[in-house]
Amino acid sequence: MKNLINKLSKVYELSDVVYQRPNFTYATTTKENTISLITQLRDLEGFSHFVLLSCVDWIEDNLFQLTYILNNPTQKYDIAIRCMIDRNEAAMTSAHYLWEQIATYQRELKEMYGIEFPGSPRLNENFILEGWDNIPPMRRDFDTKKYSEETFFPRERPSSNDPATYMKSRLHPDEWDGKIAE
Amino acid sequence: MSEEKNIIQPAEQASKFVNPLYAKREVTGPDGIKFIVDPLRDYFSDQRPQIYEPNSIPVIEKFLNWARAESLWVLGFGTGCGSIEIAPLLTPRFDAFRYGVMPRPTPRQSNVFIISGYLSIKTLKRVVRSYEQMPNPKYVLALGSCTINGGMYYDSYNTINRLDHYIPVDAYVAGCMPRPEALLAGFNKLKELIKDGKAENANEYAKNFDWYKANQKKIIKDWNMPDYNW
Repeated sequence: MKNLINKLSKVYELSDVVYQRPNFTYATTTKENTISLITQLRDLEGFSHFVLLSCVDWIEDNLFQLTYILNNPTQKYDIAIRCMIDRNEAAMTSAHYLWEQIATYQRELKEMYGIEFPGSPRLNENFILEGWDNIPPMRRDFDTKKYSEETFFPRERPSSNDPATYMKSRLHPDEWDGKIAE
Repeated sequence: MSEEKNIIQPAEQASKFVNPLYAKREVTGPDGIKFIVDPLRDYFSDQRPQIYEPNSIPVIEKFLNWARAESLWVLGFGTGCGSIEIAPLLTPRFDAFRYGVMPRPTPRQSNVFIISGYLSIKTLKRVVRSYEQMPNPKYVLALGSCTINGGMYYDSYNTINRLDHYIPVDAYVAGCMPRPEALLAGFNKLKELIKDGKAENANEYAKNFDWYKANQKKIIKDWNMPDYNW
């Protein structure tokens, strides 16, 4: 794995390389290099299986982190390629022509994070949410509890007591100070 | 580039090549009646649900309620994690058929709807549709704390909190998740209610239809079903 990373880092700008396990490595590259790096891994290095594409919202840094995990079935190891994209105008080059299933992942990311993948098939169709008209729900600036309270008729919840003071009042009333903490 | 051939083209591009199957056309039915079919129209029932009037002779209504209580036909629709409890319930270990509980494959043949756990908005749309398709008399059994107050998903943007605001519920089985024994107890409670003539919530749905529909429309904004639902 180290040989591969050394070989790739001569061509691509790799940073934050983490050798997580003997058969699993993380590497971060730039947004422009990501798709060509993945293409090289698929076509020349034997990473023929696409595992997943996921996203992390780093709202403090104003960035989205995309993670492409690829698997090499003959050598039995995985590599995760990460790239950071701008959060305000989130867009990434579509990779649907490399593996068909990436189009589905990209549909999901469009719906859940609002990331554009121009040219990806069926990108704007409903994936899980049907008729969603708010900001994408997996963005961290979306307040899911507030949305739920405004939308779903919340039932009043019973008040709960601190178990430690409550049990003290039941089991050791002589040591108890007469109050139960909320 | 060879993979590109298998990928379906985006909708904007597809609209240039209108499939002749989707065009509006006149069809002659098997009995010779001609009618127009528009495949892209949404064929929802626009008829309001009817209120079921009980038989004017109390003895006969009591007998009918007894008969209804002894043959509960359950719609095979698992909405959440509770659907895993229904399989052992209906198979020999817990054998709900002892109590006249039997699974049915379609809403048109069933009269008990088990809402087995949390409901996302997407599932609620199918639930409302199936519930409206079920013939009267119909009963709803709600499983788990998710249907009561949202349970552990109370703050989720995509799951409802209270089921009784969307469809009427006859009996709740609390727990997270209730065991099949609890479900059997729930069925027996439902039977008692039916025999007492108290499980008339389908009529409540018909009476307060506008209120229920307003609540449903508050969260379900897109009522169209994708093609795979047909």
